[in-house]
Amino acid sequence: MSQAAVAEHDVGIEPAESPLTPESWGKLGMWVFLAADAMSFGGLLAGYGALRYGDPTWPVPKDILGVQLTAFMTFLLICSSVTMVEALAAIRQGDQRGLRRFLMLTVMGGMTFLGLQAFEWTKLILHEGQSIARNNFGATFFILTGFHGCHVFGGVTYLSAVLGRSVRGVAGAVVTAAVAVACTLGLIVVTSATLSGLVAVIAAAAGAGVVFLTANLLAGGTPVYNAHNNNEVEIAALYWHFVDLIWILVFTFVYLI
Amino acid sequence: MTVHTPEQLAHEQRRYLQVFAWLVVLTAVELAVIYPHISPLAKGLMLVVLAATKAALVALFFMHLAVEKRTLAYIALTPAVLCVLLVFALLPDLGAFTRALTHATSVTAEAHE
Repeated sequence: MSQAAVAEHDVGIEPAESPLTPESWGKLGMWVFLAADAMSFGGLLAGYGALRYGDPTWPVPKDILGVQLTAFMTFLLICSSVTMVEALAAIRQGDQRGLRRFLMLTVMGGMTFLGLQAFEWTKLILHEGQSIARNNFGATFFILTGFHGCHVFGGVTYLSAVLGRSVRGVAGAVVTAAVAVACTLGLIVVTSATLSGLVAVIAAAAGAGVVFLTANLLAGGTPVYNAHNNNEVEIAALYWHFVDLIWILVFTFVYLI
Repeated sequence: MTVHTPEQLAHEQRRYLQVFAWLVVLTAVELAVIYPHISPLAKGLMLVVLAATKAALVALFFMHLAVEKRTLAYIALTPAVLCVLLVFALLPDLGAFTRALTHATSVTAEAHE
């Protein structure tokens, strides 16, 4: 690189930029948060492993838990990770509609996951007598899957906020996130009340549709993200893939082994 | 700020779909592994390896660790290493404790009979 090119290259870099993630401090912040969050999950998984190892009466998980349903939930999260990378790829080409559509599909994947988890929990608690207080199996199962479910709920809200922000800044983010929270809580209540997986899937599709419509209704001004400015979408994507990654581990350790 | 050329984006898209296919295949293999009657240890080992592979695929390609600065990967790997250490730190303690407890209970039960 010539001297002139080096000088020109340096102009664009702030003196205080992180050498690890030169494009944004936020990305480094997210990685540090994810590393800390991974320790929380790691602590829970290690505690689960130690309790289970020491207990010869521990039940075989697949005799109690529905492995087929959770395998489908795993597939859903993997699909939602793909729609998330597609959303980022879309905005990197400046495709606003693609960004919105793929974010909506990702939110739909997350909501369906939560609906199916509500279905699974209600069935286990009301029909199969499992509870967090009954034994260590129940305690570790509900804490691990519940902690992960909270992350999915957080992710659905976060991605909806990014969807709202993409069309109308902070106000759009707040409104869309609030709509997503209301829809998700509604879908969890409806699924638990009807105890139907089909209702969970339909309610999730409807919820994601409402979030998408809200964002589209708010659209009109200059879009916040474009082909040159999309770090916030990438940071949100990191969080979502992390939630997927953790589920891959939880699925294996809690349901399969 | 990173601007990606259409060729780079097309290449990335192909890679994402390949990773997706691998994740689905590995999940199917995991499901196939749990049913046959093989020793629990072998089954457990296979499942751990499969899960670790899937997690690595997500981190390397979906989270772009494969193309980020190496130090960022070390940050991401640190909790995994610490958690494995934590498991080994807990196993002897709690495992032995609970087994002793179970043993004591069964001995008491036998004594009562």
